[in-house]
Amino acid sequence: MDFLQPATWEEALEAKAAARDAVPIAGGTDVMVGMNFGRLRPSLLLDLTRVPELQQWADDDGAVRLGAGVPYARVISELGDRLPGLAMAARTIGSPQIRNRGTVGGNLATASPAGDAHPALLAADAEVEVASVRGTRRIPVTEFYRGVKRSALADDELIAAVRIVPPRGPQQYSKIGTRNAMVIAVAAFGLALHPDRRAVGTGIGSAAPTPRRAPAAEEFLAGELDGLWDSRAELPAATATRFGEMVAAAAAPIDDVRGTARYRVHALSVMARRALTWAWADYRKGDPTCA
Amino acid sequence: MRLSCTVNGMPQQVDDVWEGESLLYVLRERMGLPGSKNACEQGECGSCTVYLDGVPVCACLVAAGQAQGREVGTVEGLAPAGELHPVQQAFLEAGAVQCGFCTPGLLVATDDLVTRSRAEGRKPADAEIREALAGNLCRCTGYEKILDAVRLAADRMAGDPR
Repeated sequence: MDFLQPATWEEALEAKAAARDAVPIAGGTDVMVGMNFGRLRPSLLLDLTRVPELQQWADDDGAVRLGAGVPYARVISELGDRLPGLAMAARTIGSPQIRNRGTVGGNLATASPAGDAHPALLAADAEVEVASVRGTRRIPVTEFYRGVKRSALADDELIAAVRIVPPRGPQQYSKIGTRNAMVIAVAAFGLALHPDRRAVGTGIGSAAPTPRRAPAAEEFLAGELDGLWDSRAELPAATATRFGEMVAAAAAPIDDVRGTARYRVHALSVMARRALTWAWADYRKGDPTCA
Repeated sequence: MRLSCTVNGMPQQVDDVWEGESLLYVLRERMGLPGSKNACEQGECGSCTVYLDGVPVCACLVAAGQAQGREVGTVEGLAPAGELHPVQQAFLEAGAVQCGFCTPGLLVATDDLVTRSRAEGRKPADAEIREALAGNLCRCTGYEKILDAVRLAADRMAGDPR
């Protein structure tokens, strides 16, 4: 096995083009588990922690361009105001030690249905910026997940950044597991209300082969909120309940060691109803980023 | 491959490091620093917590080569040889150590917490202590004595008894 530590993005892309089975490593919270347990033996381990651009975020053309290697601890401390949904998701991840190392880029590269960042990225209409020696392209995150731990990333591509437009409305995130810290989600839900475009964004985690949105639930809620955006009136309880049911109906979970499909569906309906109740309360208070 | 880094303030160099091994393996098996413990090897238990450039991480999840040129701090470096760091002393006095396997990781995590709180001129609240230690599993103590030890260490390091 070889170990390469490119100092520039160009070098990293060249290395990936030359060794397509190279495994990129950043925080190592997935890759090193594979290595330690003998499940992963790539010809080349490509350490991306020395590529400066990946460790940075910046405002770019109305969006936050979050470098793929920015650890979750920094998403929380530096972007809690701009990207509240993602920061809420980040707070539920692992432990301090894991959040000090793990990255959104790594979550995307692994593309596990249980990745904690995914529901927040889906709800916020994030874009994934990927690159290779052939060039750079942006993939809407809804099109990024292609199967259990499979993504739209080509074998010569690396994830450069995630682009997220800071929201004009409230965002919420909810995750359920057996305890508060260090758990893989049994189910997770992300919600974004977009009063500027009178739209709703959702993201479901750990309850289908890939992270996915709940389009019918989004459409239903956008319709229900049509008369309420301006009045900021109370949301009928029945609307929140129905929204929860429709989110749960969009899931396609399985029974596994972490929970049953039936439990996941129930949990999703409760989380979606609660997330909406919280988000609408935030919106009524008029604070767009009070997550 | 050859790995050079600073460990507990001392420059270290080791040869014949396998590219796929972890910083934890390097510390324990190649540098003679067995303080950091090897338990889960998947970042779940925190027994291998070390500082990497001043940030607490699970050494089992750091590829050896990623530590090249970096500063590593292990439990062995908390206090000079033969002495105890205030956090270590507090763990002893509070009875926060039973089998001891999780203790090195907890000491590093606690040191990080109390050092950060002290720099901000305050003592960590209980909720903050629980959050800071959420990545360190102990199967013996039930955590209450560990919480006592962290409060005791924070009091002493802040310079006034609670």
